[in-house]
Amino acid sequence: MAERKVGWEPQGQHTIIGKEVQRTDGKQKASGQAKYSNDANPPGTLFAKLLTCPHAHAKLVSLDVEKAKAVKGVKAVQIMAEPGQEIRHEGWPIVAVAAERREYAEDGIRAIIAKFEVLPHFVDEADLKGAEAAEITDGGMPAKLTKSLGTNKKGDVEAALKEARHVHKGYYGVHTITHMCLEPHGSHATWDGDKLNVELSTQNVSGTAGQYVKPLGVDAANVSIHCDFIGGGFGSKFAVDEWDVACAKLAKTTGRPVRLMLDRPTEMQIAGNRPSAFADVTVACDANGKITAWDSHHWGTNGPKGSTVALSVTPYVFDPPNRNRTATGIITHCGPDRAWRAPNHPQACAYTDTALDDLAAKAGIDSLSFFQKNLDLTNLPHIYAPELEIAAKLMDWKAKWHPRGQGAGEGPIKRGVGLALHTWGGGPHQSNVQLKVHPDGTVEISMGSQDIGTGTRTCIAMVAAETFGIPLTSVKVNIGSNKYPQAGPSGGSTTIGGVTGPTRRTSQQALWKIFDLVAVKYNVDLTTLAAKGGKIWSGDKDVCTWKQAASLVGPMALELTGGPVTEEEGLTSKQVGGVQMAEVAVDTETGIVKMVKMVAVQDIGLVVNRLLARSQVYGALIMGIAYSLSEERIMDNKTGKFINANSTDYKLPRIGDIGDLVVEFYEPESEYKRGVIGLGEPPVIAPGAAISNAVANAIGVRVPVLPLTPKRVLESLKKG
Amino acid sequence: MKSFEYARPETEAEAVAFLGEVESTAILAGGTDLTSLLRAELVTPARVVDLKRIPSLHEVTKVDDGIQIGSLVTLEDLAKHSLLSNYRSLFDVVDGVRAIQVQGSGTLGGDLCHLPNCWYFRSRYGLLAMENGESLPEAGDNRYHAILGNSGPAKFVNASRFAPALIAWGAHVRVIGPAPEQAEWLPLEYFYVTPRSNAQGNTILKPGQLISHVWLPDAGRLASATYEVMQMEGLDWPMASAAATLKLESGIIRQASIVMGHVAPVPWVAQEASRLLIGQPLNEETASVAADTAVTRATPMSMNEYKVQLARTAVKRALLKAADQSPV
Repeated sequence: MAERKVGWEPQGQHTIIGKEVQRTDGKQKASGQAKYSNDANPPGTLFAKLLTCPHAHAKLVSLDVEKAKAVKGVKAVQIMAEPGQEIRHEGWPIVAVAAERREYAEDGIRAIIAKFEVLPHFVDEADLKGAEAAEITDGGMPAKLTKSLGTNKKGDVEAALKEARHVHKGYYGVHTITHMCLEPHGSHATWDGDKLNVELSTQNVSGTAGQYVKPLGVDAANVSIHCDFIGGGFGSKFAVDEWDVACAKLAKTTGRPVRLMLDRPTEMQIAGNRPSAFADVTVACDANGKITAWDSHHWGTNGPKGSTVALSVTPYVFDPPNRNRTATGIITHCGPDRAWRAPNHPQACAYTDTALDDLAAKAGIDSLSFFQKNLDLTNLPHIYAPELEIAAKLMDWKAKWHPRGQGAGEGPIKRGVGLALHTWGGGPHQSNVQLKVHPDGTVEISMGSQDIGTGTRTCIAMVAAETFGIPLTSVKVNIGSNKYPQAGPSGGSTTIGGVTGPTRRTSQQALWKIFDLVAVKYNVDLTTLAAKGGKIWSGDKDVCTWKQAASLVGPMALELTGGPVTEEEGLTSKQVGGVQMAEVAVDTETGIVKMVKMVAVQDIGLVVNRLLARSQVYGALIMGIAYSLSEERIMDNKTGKFINANSTDYKLPRIGDIGDLVVEFYEPESEYKRGVIGLGEPPVIAPGAAISNAVANAIGVRVPVLPLTPKRVLESLKKG
Repeated sequence: MKSFEYARPETEAEAVAFLGEVESTAILAGGTDLTSLLRAELVTPARVVDLKRIPSLHEVTKVDDGIQIGSLVTLEDLAKHSLLSNYRSLFDVVDGVRAIQVQGSGTLGGDLCHLPNCWYFRSRYGLLAMENGESLPEAGDNRYHAILGNSGPAKFVNASRFAPALIAWGAHVRVIGPAPEQAEWLPLEYFYVTPRSNAQGNTILKPGQLISHVWLPDAGRLASATYEVMQMEGLDWPMASAAATLKLESGIIRQASIVMGHVAPVPWVAQEASRLLIGQPLNEETASVAADTAVTRATPMSMNEYKVQLARTAVKRALLKAADQSPV
C-alpha cells in the first residue's frame, strides 16, 4: 500500500491550489446579498446610540438620564459611566440609549444631563520633553506621563562609533493612525429566554462568547456568536466591547433585538489605533558600508496605558554587533490602541530602514548595495538576497536610482526610488474542523472561523476540492458561528495556515477511507487510487465517479473531525521575508508626493490562492501608502480633541493616489516545501520606509516624520 | 439629526415666503454638505427649504451683456453647457471636484454658500472658534487655516471652490428676499465678509435671503484658469487655490485678475499682483513675480507657513495654465 502521508502535492502538481480563483462569496458581497452585523434588522429591532464624553480628560460630576427615559420612542437607557469617574480620553462612553428609531435615540441622548469637570490634558504624542515636563493630576494625584519601557545593550557602541568611518544621527517618526474599518465596531443582540444571540462584527467568532459571561451572568453555552461577513478588522475586533455588552443589556431590558454600531467619529476615537513612534537614532558603518553600531531612543504613545513600539524589534530586521536601545512610553489622553496589522513592525521598519538609508547616502553607497552588504545581519539573508534581485529588476532600480536629489527632473517634479525589508511570523493558529462527505458527493466543512475579507471561506473550499478532486461548487463551507468546531481568531497572519492545515489533513483522511471502500467494491489495487476531475482513478484507468465513490459511505455522511495543525505535519510553517521598492514623484513647489510605482516581493511558502494572495498584498500596499503619505490621527493640543475624526479630514488614498502596484511571490521549491504561511501582515510593514526613502532620494533631504504631507515635505525642503 | 419641517417651494417668491415664516431655516440646494451639517447638528433649522423644484434656478441663459446662471445649476450641467464653454477656469474647478456624485448633485449656489471646513467650526466651536476669549485656531492646530486676512478673530478659510474663478471673471450675484419681490445684484467679491462675531456669518446673506443667480460678463477672448493645490487625487479640499482671468494681446497682458482661494476668510483678490502684470509678457518669470507679490503680505500662523508657498505656487500655475504654459 502506498504511503498515506499527510501533506501537499509536489510543486506544480496541484489542480486548484495555487491558481487564481475568485472568491466563492464575491457575488454576494458585490450584490449586497452578504449581510454584515450592521445589516441585521429583524422586525422589532431597536437602535442604540452612545452619549460619549467630549473632553480629553475630565471627571464625570453628575449624570441625569430621567428626562431621556421620557423621550418619545426611547425604550431603555444603559448607564456606562458613574459620577465621580475619571474620563481618560474623548469619546469615552457615558450612556447608551435604545429607541424605536435612530432619531429618537438621538433625541434621548440630547435629553441626558451629563456634567463634567474638565481636567488638564496631554495629547502631543511626539513631544517627549513636554510629556516629561507636563503637570497633570490623574485621579487627584500628580501623575508622571512618561514610562521607561526598558533599555538594553549589546557589544560596545561607544567604541564602535569611535572606530566607524561614517556616523549618521537622525530623527524619525510615525504618527498614530486608526484602523478605519469600513464597517464600524458593534453588534446586534437578541435574547431568546436565557439564550443570547449576537451578530458581532468580529475577527474572533469562537473566542468571544465567553466574554459575555461575566458582565451579563449568562451561561457561555447559551451565547451564540454569528459573523458571516465583516467589513474590516485589521486587529481591532478580537473582543466583545463595553458597547456590545451595553447592547446586550439593552436587549435584555427591553425584550427586543437591539443594534448598536459606533458612529464614525466615535469609531475613530475609541475603537483602536496603531501607536505612534518617534526615534533619535545614531547608526554607523565602516569604510565598506558594513553596519557596526546602532544606538536609539524611541518614544510614542498608545493612549492611557503609555506604551509604544516594543524594544525587541529595534533596530528592525538588522542586528548589528554593537547596539543600544531605549524606549519610553508616553501616557496621553488619547484613545487606546489595539493591534493594527503587524503590531510594532511598520513603525520599527519606518525608523530603522530610513536611518540605514541615510547612512548609506552619507557613505555614498547605492541604497540597494548597502542593504545587500548587510544582509548577514538579518534573520533571513537567503530570502532577502534573491528577493532584492527580483525587486530591483521589476523596479528597474539600476536605471532609476541616483545619488540623492540628483535625478533628472521635469521642472519642479523630482523622482526617486527607495527600498525596505520586513519579516513576520505568520505561523498557524489552533483550529478544529468537522468534515462530512455526504453520500451525494457533496463535501461539507464546518469551522468556527471567520472570513475577515481575505478569502478564508474560498481557501478552505479550495483545499477540500483539491483533495477530493471535485469542483469548488461541490464543497460547502460553514464558518462564522461559534457553534461550529472551535477555531482561532483571525489575526497575525495565522488564519490561512490554521484553517488549511486541518482541512487538508482531515480531507486526506476522509479520502483514504473512501479509497478503502472503492478498492473493495470495484476490486482495484488500493495503492493505485487517486481522486481527480470528479473521478476515482486507478493509474490511468477511471474506476468510478466521485459520486459513486461517495455513495459507498452508506445512508449517512462520513464524518471526521480534526484538530489543530502541528509543525511536524509539514503542512504549514512560519517566518517570512519580504522586500519592497517604491518610486515616487515629488512636486517640490507644493510638497505633494505622488506614488509612481511599488514593487512587493514576498515569500509566503505555498500560495493557496494566487488571486486572493495578490489582492492581500495590494490591500497592504494601499494601507501602507495611506500611512506613508496622508493618513494620521491629528490630536489638537489645545482642545485635546481628535480633530480630524471624520472621513473628510482623515485622508485616505483613492485609486488615483496609489500608482502602479507590482506583486511577485518568491516561491522556489525550498520555500514551497515549507507549506502554507500567512500573508496578512508582512506586506504592510515596509511601505513607510520604502516610500520615505524614495522621497529622500528624489528631493535630496529626509522628511523625517510620516505621513509625508505637503507641509512636512515643504518644511524639510526649506530646512535643507 | 433634529426634526425639522420640510418645505418645497416652486417659485422664487414662494421660497422667500417660506424662508420668512420661521425663525431658523436652512436652504437645501444639492445637499452635499447640508446633510452632514444636519447630522452633526451644526445647523438645527426649524425648517429646511428645498429649492430644487424652482425652474428659474436651473436655467443658464444668454443675457445682453453676459450669461446668467441659476444657483441650482449642478456642477455637471455647468461643465456641459454650451454657453459656458469659454469659461475654462470654471471647468478646472468642476474637474477638481472629481467625485461624480458631488458633480452630479452639487450646485453652484451651494458651493458659493458652503460653510467653512475649519475643524473647530465643524467640532461645534462656532465660526470664530473662540473659547474663553481665546482663539482656538490661534492656540491650537491651524495647519489648514488662513494666511491672509487673519488679523481679526476669523481664522477659517473660505470654502468656496468657484468663488475665486467667478470673482476673477467679475461675476455678480443676485440676492433675493427677505421682502417679497426684493432682489439685488452685487459683485460676488462683496458677497463675502470676514466676521467679527459668530452671529455675523461669512456672507452678507441675512435670514430670508438666498442667491438666485450668478451673472458672468461675456467671455470675449479672455483666457482663464484655476489651479487648486490638492494633496489627494480623490475627493479632497484644496489647501490653496488661485484663479486668473487674462486678456492677452500678441503675448502681452492687457488685463489681469487674480483671486486666491482657501487662504483667507474670504476669497482673496490679489490686486497688486494683477496690476504688476499689465503690459508684461506672460512667462515663468513674470508669473513668479506676480505670485511672490500675491503672498507678500501673508501673515501665516504657527503651523501654516507652508501654505504661503502653496498659495504662491497656485498663483503662478494658474497664470501659466491660463496662457497654456503649464509646466506640470
